[in-house]
Amino acid sequence: MKRMLLVGAALLIGASAVIAQSDPIAERRTIMKGVGAATRTGTQMVRGETAFDAAKAKEILRVYAAAADKTHTYFPETSKTGGETTASPKIWESQAEFRKRFDDWAKEIKAASAQTDTLDEFKVAFGNLTKACGACHQTYRISKS
Amino acid sequence: MKRFLVALLVLAALGAGGFWLLTSPGLQKAGLGPAPAGAANVENGRVAFYAGGCASCHATPNQDDRLRLGGGYALHSPFGTFYAPNLSPHPRDGIGGWTEAAFIRAMKAGVSPDGRHYYPAFPYTSYQRMTDTDARDLFAFIKTLAPVEGRAPDHDLPFPFNVRRGLGLWKLAFLDGETFRPDPAKSASLNRGAYLTQGLGHCAECHSGRTVFGNIAEDRRYAGGPNPEGKGWVPNITPHGTGLKEWTRGDIVEVLTSGLTPTGDSVGSTMTSVVKNTAELPEPDRAGIAEFLLSLPPKEGRKGPQ
Repeated sequence: MKRMLLVGAALLIGASAVIAQSDPIAERRTIMKGVGAATRTGTQMVRGETAFDAAKAKEILRVYAAAADKTHTYFPETSKTGGETTASPKIWESQAEFRKRFDDWAKEIKAASAQTDTLDEFKVAFGNLTKACGACHQTYRISKS
Repeated sequence: MKRFLVALLVLAALGAGGFWLLTSPGLQKAGLGPAPAGAANVENGRVAFYAGGCASCHATPNQDDRLRLGGGYALHSPFGTFYAPNLSPHPRDGIGGWTEAAFIRAMKAGVSPDGRHYYPAFPYTSYQRMTDTDARDLFAFIKTLAPVEGRAPDHDLPFPFNVRRGLGLWKLAFLDGETFRPDPAKSASLNRGAYLTQGLGHCAECHSGRTVFGNIAEDRRYAGGPNPEGKGWVPNITPHGTGLKEWTRGDIVEVLTSGLTPTGDSVGSTMTSVVKNTAELPEPDRAGIAEFLLSLPPKEGRKGPQ
């Protein structure tokens, strides 16, 4: 019985690892593209190119929160190169530091979650939250080749 | 045989003498004009400071104060590693003891106060376009900042790049000493944008291809090129399909303000630091840069910003 449980647990761990690692580069690129699309919507509202919509503003923060939560899990050691990755080797030099960026961002997103009702509030929240993009990309993304 | 040796020695002496004459820092005439009249405008100097991106290389690394100009940033280039010097107004380790004339000459001719050539990792090839007035105001602004003690390490360069004097030849070939001249046929904002992009902004220094001699290849100016500081590719910023063709002026102003691109991406790598500078400029200056970039002849490049 004990052995069966152990085998079962091992299988489960193995299976979830396979799911997360089947194509981590493609997965994380999809997440980042989603963040980009949300940011585009936000930029358009902030610049007055489209009308402000509180529901859209909430959705942007939801996309950000989901990305902050899980993106870091798609950088296993096996995904340093390959595909169209622009991940910097620095990610694997200090995984804890890398993870912390997402955790800090998650906290900021949570703190801003009430600032989606009016355009003025959202402008401030959006401006602050998107600062994390560049700050992280500066260190952890290489220039596109 | 003896005659041959004598001839050889004479030739060698002539060669060395010729090299010495041709590499003289005195040959760069930029910055030798009369001092700009009137009192310095510190606020204009602040704009010049951010337009010039001084903090990106000269701010002390690994701390947040971009006005702490202790130097030490390592710039890894194909020619070796350069360490940005201390630019703070510290009297011994920085530029606190410099005269205004020495500063203008350093910025525009790439010559140090003690008469040595600077390496063009310090982008005087672009800075030479700035007006003497802006250079003077920039100096006045830097003098208001906190002095920082300490010196950056010496550059780490292999032979022949460690022969500073040899830069004289490079400068004779690639430094024309011309200050920017506005085009009266163009709008004031386009001229302002051209001035900032070509001069202080030194955008072409990274966003261009270079020849084997390390100078910018004119047919690839602004068309992007390999990252001079390492891996990757710096994007084409001409309005070509491989560059900024789909971008509006507003898009360019946005990326220079928040770092966000029209696709919702954010610029990374060294451009992140550039945006910290351009974000400090008055909005019309960013708009001018956008107007100028979109007025450039479209050139095909390998890849544009995403």
